Amino acid sequence: MSIKVNGREVDWVENETVKQLLKRMKYTFPLVVVKINDEVVPRNLFDQVTIPDNAKVAVIHMISGG
Amino acid sequence: MIEGQIPVEEYKTGNTRHKWDLEKVKRAHRVIAEYEYKKDKVWRGFANRTLYINLTKGEIKEKKVTEEMKKLFTGGRGFGLKLMWDSIKPSTRWNSEENELIITTGPLCGITQYPGTGKSIALSISPATDIICDCNVGGFFGPYLKFAGFDAIEIQGKAKHDVVIIVDGEKGKITVETAPLEETNSHVLSEQLTYMYASEDSDKSRQKVSVVSAGKGAENSYWGCLNFSFYDIRRKVCRLKQAGRGGLGTVFRDKKIKAIVAKVEHFDGLSNNPADPVKLAEVGIKLHREIRDLDRYQCNMRAVGTSHLVEIMDEYDLLPCENYRFGSFPKASKIYSSKFYELFTKIIPDGCWYGCTMACAKTVDGFEVMTGPYKGQKVTVDGPEYETVATGANMSIWDPKWILEFNFYCDTYGLDTISTGTAIAFYMEMYEYGILNKERCDGLELSFGNYEAVLEFIHRIARGDKGEFITVASKGIRRVKDWLKKKGWGDPQLIEDCGMESKGLEYSEYVTKESLAMQGGYGLTLKGPQHDEAWLIFMDMVNNAIPTFEDKAEALHYFPMWRTWFGLNGLCKLPWNDIEPADNAETDEPAKVPEHVQNYVDLQNAVTGWNVTKEDLILQSERCYNWQRAMNVWLGRGRRKDDWIPYRSMGPVTEMEYHSRRERYDKQLVEKLGFSEKEVENMSVKEKMKLLYEYRQDQYQKLADAVYYRRGWTPNGVPTPQKMKQLGFTDKKMLDMLQKAIDEDEKKGLNVWGGKYSKGEKPPSIIPRYWEKW
Repeated sequence: MSIKVNGREVDWVENETVKQLLKRMKYTFPLVVVKINDEVVPRNLFDQVTIPDNAKVAVIHMISGG
Repeated sequence: MIEGQIPVEEYKTGNTRHKWDLEKVKRAHRVIAEYEYKKDKVWRGFANRTLYINLTKGEIKEKKVTEEMKKLFTGGRGFGLKLMWDSIKPSTRWNSEENELIITTGPLCGITQYPGTGKSIALSISPATDIICDCNVGGFFGPYLKFAGFDAIEIQGKAKHDVVIIVDGEKGKITVETAPLEETNSHVLSEQLTYMYASEDSDKSRQKVSVVSAGKGAENSYWGCLNFSFYDIRRKVCRLKQAGRGGLGTVFRDKKIKAIVAKVEHFDGLSNNPADPVKLAEVGIKLHREIRDLDRYQCNMRAVGTSHLVEIMDEYDLLPCENYRFGSFPKASKIYSSKFYELFTKIIPDGCWYGCTMACAKTVDGFEVMTGPYKGQKVTVDGPEYETVATGANMSIWDPKWILEFNFYCDTYGLDTISTGTAIAFYMEMYEYGILNKERCDGLELSFGNYEAVLEFIHRIARGDKGEFITVASKGIRRVKDWLKKKGWGDPQLIEDCGMESKGLEYSEYVTKESLAMQGGYGLTLKGPQHDEAWLIFMDMVNNAIPTFEDKAEALHYFPMWRTWFGLNGLCKLPWNDIEPADNAETDEPAKVPEHVQNYVDLQNAVTGWNVTKEDLILQSERCYNWQRAMNVWLGRGRRKDDWIPYRSMGPVTEMEYHSRRERYDKQLVEKLGFSEKEVENMSVKEKMKLLYEYRQDQYQKLADAVYYRRGWTPNGVPTPQKMKQLGFTDKKMLDMLQKAIDEDEKKGLNVWGGKYSKGEKPPSIIPRYWEKW
């Protein structure tokens, strides 16, 4: 059982929330947009929405850089 | 008292404690050239003339800006390139008589309604690279130059003695005067000249003066930067912003220019005479509100400036540590932005031009200097910005105060913190391997973390020390590589792979090993490895949003073109994407920040009265970008070999680096190179490194193939006459030169793709001379 995070295969963890997934992936940057199967997850629901098995998760880091 | 806020009674800096006899200093001036001009108003963002000064001949004249020039070159950097094309030769080098130092503005420069609109663009042939280097810099000089009457100042020739050039917008007069008694170092000189040329002894008058200078370090190295001042009326201090890259300060001092002073009589938000001031205000207010409401939740630029990037880069393994060997470090948290926040003076607004609500130009006031000629004095240190803090990581200096000391001296000596820091990091690695040692370093113990040796090194540069190491090392990594090889010290391949320079310019501060697109963002560039063309690390490495060569090539087309546009207009890049609208993520192309792109369309139309679209903005940039690349070709460079990058920026050079990311690299051998896990397990690290080395080098060549094709260039990286004609250029000299270069490359067999394409893969085009079919 797995999910795809930014195109890369990652183990699926049952009942894992978006917030927990970000922690597991070490995505500490605060300004991220998360989409699960192309649906945007509102930031205020990161600790409530769980990741379904086989999901395609996009964690877009809105970082400006230099 | 807010944390970090110094008490009012201590609020003095070394800069303001000096007592000079300015009358005496000024009496020593001798006017060697002067020119009176008719004052005129700026119209729709343009002064419609440029100023030409020849220091050898003592000649000063005006040049008209034509409508054709605006159409083809827009303004700013584009104007600079056009002026240089008309004045230099293919054989011109940085210290040639005919080399020019140009400072330009741009049609949007000096508006006060929108954040980030006070930028100047400086250009010259660089001592580091032998091609044109352009730098985008804040401070008041650019707007003042324009409001004094000129879209650009173009300086050719060399003076016999140190001079200051005064552009007096109050009197409508240009003078070139000898300046024997002033200091050379910038934090002192900018203050002397601001006080000397202010019309009255008042803060308001001093605010109308801006000084460009470079210090003693610029005289004695290839890392000279230009300091652009702005008088901070609240701190009562001349603050400095740097045109850092490529040694333009070195050119400045080679021409014996001590300073350029611009002063204005009056200016306001309408001094550009914009076509639609109401629209201008409307767009500006929208962004001001956005910054006010969202910055604290996004980049926090108003509180800590660009230093917010330090912790992000460390956490994502991208912070260059110990000469880019590693992307994070256990001690890195000691230099996170929170540590500098404690030192920054708060409350006082920090914009480097009027109307910038982003206000990212932080200062540490009352900093007590610990070494060198200003030891014991209290000074105002501008910055440090991310790049400067990250050079600390690169040199393994983890104490904010020593980073501030490094920052202060680099600035006042006119040394680029990026080149200086990156180069020292390389010397330190060579020191660690025994390729350099104390004796070979003129007595300096340049080991990682030795901040005292770092400061002593830059003091010696500023003093003009003639030791063999100091002399070579102050010219940068490229020259040191050649020197080490000539001496027969160390493995030449190791030296080439570890020294982080391309085209002769030192890298800025990001680890690119795991982002092929960003390797291209540093290598496939006009002036060298500076991140101002494209910053794609997260888009590529983390978001995985540009997986194919075509995707990366598209990004390496769009973003360099887009970012070039800021330099054509006299704008700062930061308000484009260091703040984003709340709903930006929901747009089709969030990385482009579509709403802000539209803001810029509206701004250019509102100022100039043109009727451009967002596609036109890219076209404006594409013209400039291709013209600059073509000039690189003209100057004997601008080919595939010149876009080479050192292997340290592509992958692990040493076994220690491989071990630090072993899991990642082993996985790549399986997933990308097709080895089984068992085979990888049985390989030595040396074998694995060799395989990875060949693979990653080939990936880079394939990327170059895709990018050159996308940009409309030959497989050897030359812009084609067909492309130039498409962009609207008809200059016969340029078109003939490019055709000749392409024909010569053809004879040498260089018009071929660089990647090794196996079965199932194909290069961007299989048609020979494909550009002729367009």
